[in-house]
Amino acid sequence: MKPLTKARRDDIHLLFDPPGPRARRRIRIATAVSLAVFAALLAFAVRQFAAHGQLDADQWRMFCEWPIIRFLLSGLGQTLLVTAVAAALAFPLGGIVALGRLARNGPTRALARTYVELFRSVPLLLLLYVFLFGLPGVGLTFPVFWQLVIPIVLGNAAVVAEIFRAGVLSLPRGQTEAAYSLGMTHRQTMSGVVFPQALRAVSPALVSQLVRLLKDSTLGYVVSYLELLHQAKVLGEYYHAVLSTCLVAAACFIAVNSALSGAASWLEARRA
Amino acid sequence: MFTHVDAVAGQLGRGLLLTLAMTALTFTGAVAGGLVVAVLRICPVAPLRAFGAGYVAVFRNIPLLVLLVLFVFGLPDLGLLYPLFATVTTAMALYWAAFVCEVVRSGVRAVPRGQAEAARALGLGFGQCLRHVILPQAVRPMVQPLGSIFIGCALSTSLAAAVGVAELTGQAEFLTLRYDQPLTSFALTTVVYVALTLTSGLVAGRVERKLAVAR
Repeated sequence: MKPLTKARRDDIHLLFDPPGPRARRRIRIATAVSLAVFAALLAFAVRQFAAHGQLDADQWRMFCEWPIIRFLLSGLGQTLLVTAVAAALAFPLGGIVALGRLARNGPTRALARTYVELFRSVPLLLLLYVFLFGLPGVGLTFPVFWQLVIPIVLGNAAVVAEIFRAGVLSLPRGQTEAAYSLGMTHRQTMSGVVFPQALRAVSPALVSQLVRLLKDSTLGYVVSYLELLHQAKVLGEYYHAVLSTCLVAAACFIAVNSALSGAASWLEARRA
Repeated sequence: MFTHVDAVAGQLGRGLLLTLAMTALTFTGAVAGGLVVAVLRICPVAPLRAFGAGYVAVFRNIPLLVLLVLFVFGLPDLGLLYPLFATVTTAMALYWAAFVCEVVRSGVRAVPRGQAEAARALGLGFGQCLRHVILPQAVRPMVQPLGSIFIGCALSTSLAAAVGVAELTGQAEFLTLRYDQPLTSFALTTVVYVALTLTSGLVAGRVERKLAVAR
């Protein structure tokens, strides 16, 4: 029984039998060939970097100097700040919109639905341009930070609302029915019984949403807000090292987002 | 602005065409790439598996705009200079391929285990099992998520405006700066985007019903 349970955890073995001697030889050959191909690709990349002077010390030395590191870290700090503020506003707003979509009052439902459909189908950059070029035209100008954060909040609240709604709908009907039969009102049922359980159910999805918020914060590049991508661009142009600074910034983003994705799957696994 | 109706419609129309072309190319490329990466992730050759896993880890976690900046402003430093449209579309296809790969994988997981076991018991090999038994059943649960990815592709093409492609969002910005009637051009563009996403959602729903398999 033991090999089966091990295989069950391992979806690699779903599609083929444990390889026999001949298949094992083929796999060994394929492994060698693929390693050779990867080595060739790596060699090509290194040659291309070296041929264009991208491996020179002056392209990379600056990342060992504290002022530069501090400059990039301040960008990362701003990125995290935008993400945190946007999350702190978008999650409650999304919760309210979700409540609206689940309300018993027809017009409230229609309003919330329109909000979700509209803001889910407008690209964030267009929304950002509205705040950057559109609203100043009619006399509404926000500080740069809010020009970046408000569109992110508006767009993501719609997605968060759908996450909450899915969480509420995934609860067994009996929960609501039991609450009603105990004499609870709709409001008490929602706040005391349904929402707390839905929140636990969707917590991994909310953490994954943080990844998206962090990605959206790179739009600071467009409004010239000094977050990590914009800082990297400025630095790269100043030192004529666009590629290396971009690669460093990309590595930072991937590191932070991987940590968030990891936290999401850890939450998911703990719940199961 | 209403005296420039022709000019405005022409600009927005050109932007829309560019958006549609980019969306179609990105989505096609992403589906093809995603299938390849998904196969790499479940194949028995360890280095290929590691490559697939690394690919997904990198491209799911990098912000698309960072990828675009890297491709558009970084690659020329390596002597790799291609037309802007091709560069942007390639970057977006590579990005979305990672998401398609995850959709394909969860679609394959949704097929009951007994199906694969029965196929193997009948003597089908890896490729045959995948082609005749697993994929036909895995396609249906993949339709809705692929529809979402299509919408995601369509909306993300707007980021190309940030690196200088004059697609729909870029045209909206241009018209705003030119005619000083910001809210009108943004409203028009919004309507176009909403129409685009609603249509894609409807088509995805219809395809899903068509592909229903009786179990």
